[in-house]
Amino acid sequence: MTLIEGHRSLTPDAGIPVLDIDPYADATLRNPTPYYTALRDAGPLVYVPHYNVLAVGRYEETRQTFSDHETFVSSRGIGLNDFNLEKPWRPPSIILEVDPPDHTKTRKVMSKALSPKVVRTLMDDFLATAEALVDRLLEQSEIEGVADLAEAFPTAVFPRAVGMKDVNPRHLVDYGAIVFNAVGPDNSPRRQAMSRAAEVGGWISAACARGRLTDDGLGAQVYAAADAGEITSDEAGMLVRSFLSAGVDTTVTGIGNALWCFSQNPSQWEALKADPSLVRPSFEEVLRYTSPVHTFLRTANIDTHIADHPVPEGAKIMCVLGAANMDPVKWGDPDVFRVDRRPTGHMAFGAGIHGCVGQNIARGELEALLSVLARKVARIEPAGDAVWRPNNAIRALDRLPLKLIPN
Amino acid sequence: MIKVTYIQPDGREATVKARPGDSVMQTALNNNVPGIIAECGGSMACATCHVYVAEAWQTQAGARKDGEEDMLDCAMSEMRDTSRLSCQIKLTEALDGLRVYLPEEQG
Ligand code: FES
Repeated sequence: MTLIEGHRSLTPDAGIPVLDIDPYADATLRNPTPYYTALRDAGPLVYVPHYNVLAVGRYEETRQTFSDHETFVSSRGIGLNDFNLEKPWRPPSIILEVDPPDHTKTRKVMSKALSPKVVRTLMDDFLATAEALVDRLLEQSEIEGVADLAEAFPTAVFPRAVGMKDVNPRHLVDYGAIVFNAVGPDNSPRRQAMSRAAEVGGWISAACARGRLTDDGLGAQVYAAADAGEITSDEAGMLVRSFLSAGVDTTVTGIGNALWCFSQNPSQWEALKADPSLVRPSFEEVLRYTSPVHTFLRTANIDTHIADHPVPEGAKIMCVLGAANMDPVKWGDPDVFRVDRRPTGHMAFGAGIHGCVGQNIARGELEALLSVLARKVARIEPAGDAVWRPNNAIRALDRLPLKLIPN
Repeated sequence: MIKVTYIQPDGREATVKARPGDSVMQTALNNNVPGIIAECGGSMACATCHVYVAEAWQTQAGARKDGEEDMLDCAMSEMRDTSRLSCQIKLTEALDGLRVYLPEEQG
């Protein structure tokens, strides 16, 4: 069988609208807004001939498809290739790329390790680290928001939370970017990622070994679940790997995108400073507005339907979370960044059983950083053009020159 | 038609109409009933949609879902026998008249 981007060729039903755009083209990844609009306007389910896949981008259909884990499975990969037909580049994640009942077991271990209760115990360190970092940056006349702040903060607090003895900030950030680029087509971001996968992946696996972790971090909790017989010790290592693939680059992206939103919308920074109770809701709005994870795929595991169109078994469906988060039918004025929107139900962390298990820790990190910034920084001003970094699943900045004006 | 009554800690009640298939959490948000934050949007990851189901409705509301108890254990207000995550209770005709109490603190 000839595969297209690692999946079986699909003949779409004639009634499904065709969208002749390359979602993974460099220009689209840098500025996805016109593509998001075209996708939603074309229909509730569209066919994308470029990669021979179906796609959803309206809020309702995206949410339904993404949460229906029985029909639209994750175990066949959340990228373009179908794990039933082509061997993935690394052993599949045992929490992201798996279905119940196996998923239920690992998800439970992870959601316990990352629960709101656990995150509360980490907040003191998050706040102290944010305070020291922001004080230091306020002494500079200009900062590079991505390297100096967005990367610096998570790579300081997260390895400590996990209990890692080995810390290589570059590898930690890049591993996530590699994993997320791998879900795309054979384009230049993916090829670049794959060229570094062996080196970075090897370092990551070694750093996840039990002996390389302290006995009081999140990693130790996962290994304790292995001692208790809930999972095997190999599985524990795999889950610690998941902390690192999903927990660093994503948070870096969330922080960078937050700084970008506030630098572009000074009135919203003032609103946040005036009412610090908006710190947490304002991060939800950053997530909705910028969708740090813009696209994941699902695979139809049976012949089924989306929006009354037939969908055959084996079809790959792009779930364009970024488009759903900008659907005017759901949000009214999605193009406006409003810190008081409280956009409950946004798709940035996914939905359903595969909803981001680390979302509490991400919220905790952002709460710490944004509350310290809101207390000390009068204005966040652009000091040059923001440059986006094309990634097949993540919408992240490459560079963000900023001026932080102290109170 | 399905109606759900939300009772605030100070005793004030709001009775609202629900769409079948929506959760108790979603119904509260749709109708601007205060007291439910639902930060995670129903992924069973935040415990900010905690409610106490009126005893008379406990059986109809069903048992806690797999993993729900661990999350309830993280809620800001104490977990009781009647505690549920409101995002995990789907509304059907059988739940018409459901009464839930909101906790003192949610997040
Ligand atoms: S909405 Fe988050 S657990 Fe119910």
